[in-house]
Amino acid sequence: MAVEAVRATSTPENVGVPAGRKRPGLFRRFSRNPFAVAALLYLILVIAAAVFAPAITAYDPNRIEMGATVLPPSADHWLGTDESGRDEFARLLYGARISLTIGVAAMLLSVILGSAIGALAGFFGSVVDALTMRLTDAMLSIPIFFFLLTVLSVFGSAVSTMIIAIALSSWMTAARVVRAEVLRTINLDYVAAARALGAGSWRTVLLHLLPSAVPSMMVASTIGVGQAILTESALSYLGVGVQPPTASWGNMLSNAQNYFFPAPLLAIWPGMMILFTVLSFNFIGDSARDTLSPYQN
Amino acid sequence: MARYIVNRLVQSFVLIVFVSLLTFFLIHSAPGGPAVLLAPDMSKEQIERARKDLGLDDPIPVQYARWAGLVARGNLGKSYSQGLPVTDLLARRLPETLELVFTGLALAVIAGVIIGIVSARKQYSLTDKVLTAFSFFGMSVPVFWLGLMLIIFFSVNLKLLPSSGSYTLGTPASILDRLAHLILPAVVLATVNLAQIARYTRSSMLEVLNSDYLRTARAKGLKERVVMNRHALRNALIPIVTVVGLMIPRLVSGVAITESVFTWPGMGSLAVDSAVQRDYPVVMGITLMVSVLVVVTNFITDVSYLILDPRVKLK
Repeated sequence: MAVEAVRATSTPENVGVPAGRKRPGLFRRFSRNPFAVAALLYLILVIAAAVFAPAITAYDPNRIEMGATVLPPSADHWLGTDESGRDEFARLLYGARISLTIGVAAMLLSVILGSAIGALAGFFGSVVDALTMRLTDAMLSIPIFFFLLTVLSVFGSAVSTMIIAIALSSWMTAARVVRAEVLRTINLDYVAAARALGAGSWRTVLLHLLPSAVPSMMVASTIGVGQAILTESALSYLGVGVQPPTASWGNMLSNAQNYFFPAPLLAIWPGMMILFTVLSFNFIGDSARDTLSPYQN
Repeated sequence: MARYIVNRLVQSFVLIVFVSLLTFFLIHSAPGGPAVLLAPDMSKEQIERARKDLGLDDPIPVQYARWAGLVARGNLGKSYSQGLPVTDLLARRLPETLELVFTGLALAVIAGVIIGIVSARKQYSLTDKVLTAFSFFGMSVPVFWLGLMLIIFFSVNLKLLPSSGSYTLGTPASILDRLAHLILPAVVLATVNLAQIARYTRSSMLEVLNSDYLRTARAKGLKERVVMNRHALRNALIPIVTVVGLMIPRLVSGVAITESVFTWPGMGSLAVDSAVQRDYPVVMGITLMVSVLVVVTNFITDVSYLILDPRVKLK
């Protein structure tokens, strides 16, 4: 009740709202940020384009046509063709599938892993907490990218391997967020009440402690998708990520450096897709932070 | 203080051993082997003999113990693909990387702090919004693509700056030539790293600007310039030391990619090449070297934080 009262009187967006009117809904508050709305629309567009790629373009993204290499944009090839005569637009669309899949799947896996570790640390405390937090610190203080390079070049870079490797290198934020939230809520009355009613450890953690971490986890995971896409694209650019002929936004840029003169645009499109997609996830995450926080400042 | 330092040193040592163990076991437990053993002109017997000479048939713990024994005596082994001692390779590559990292980091700190201060002093103004948008750009842009774009613009179109290497081959060494090569990669590194510094500076500065002691300073009639420089900035910039410390691992990752784009002859591009060729001794040498560097910088930032801010007390 106390929290509700504070929320109703002092959040800035309620200033000027007549007493008795409700705080505007989540979507209303989110939609006040034009950047976030534009970002959301852009992402919906990209996801739809990736899902319906075969309906949008008739070209096979991997079909090599040696007579038609590095063509400029035309009515046939909207964005031209690459150094092997493959349709650039088709490769961008199919590349979106790979890049988005890896980004979202790696994020989901890292959130699950991080939440489990964070919940363990916060709930059991003492030795478990000390050990897991040392591990988290250690992971945060080593240059993880070198590690990813080594792991992927050694174990190969199937999409599933990449997802697991990126997730294993990025669970630390989730672990810290969940641990902090568990430590904050574990001594609250409703948790004590649940335990007094006979809730076991599992039930307490899953139904009473984790839900309060959901808002901050949503922020962290939105930004996490963008970061995973950046990691994937860098690895693919360096040649240890998604392997040709399969298109990913990163590996489409691997060869671009050799074709600056005839076709500088080939180096621009995939990078723009990465930039705007990651930017959108960052905008939405940032706006979600403001929207979901009860004490907005 | 002395006890804290000893504690930290022990922790750092454990961390480095942990990282080297993990990397060593991962690369050696993988199927296949070093790329030099896949040469098509080698017979089966030759490959077997080579594996035996390199000790690759021993159990992995035995191999690790042998490697650790060598390291303790300052020997990192020989590169499989180049035949040179790893320490020689690193000694040649390390100064190049340090040059790039320090220039990039210095640019990032200077630009980030200025952007953060301006944003905070003009909160919610148009300037603040434009600068914030720039920070978002820096956080979201792929490092390698930013490099490619700068090469297209400044090297290919304007023909103003060189696009690869750290000096022009076959010319007498000159500082100007090195600087020209350094500009683009350093700018890339700075752009992708300044966002974090700018955002922390902004929020730290906002906090200080709203503090009681700043109101007191103004109330007793100090000039605005004195209030800003002596009272606000000094306090607002202390947390930045920690942020820089936390950024180092990310910065080092960015260096690997930047060096590859600009074919900068440093440790990052060496790391990429040797990982792809599975040149185990080089991979291990770089992992060890980079972990030591990162751990040492973390240590330095933590200790300098203690010295800079007397309010922070050790437990």
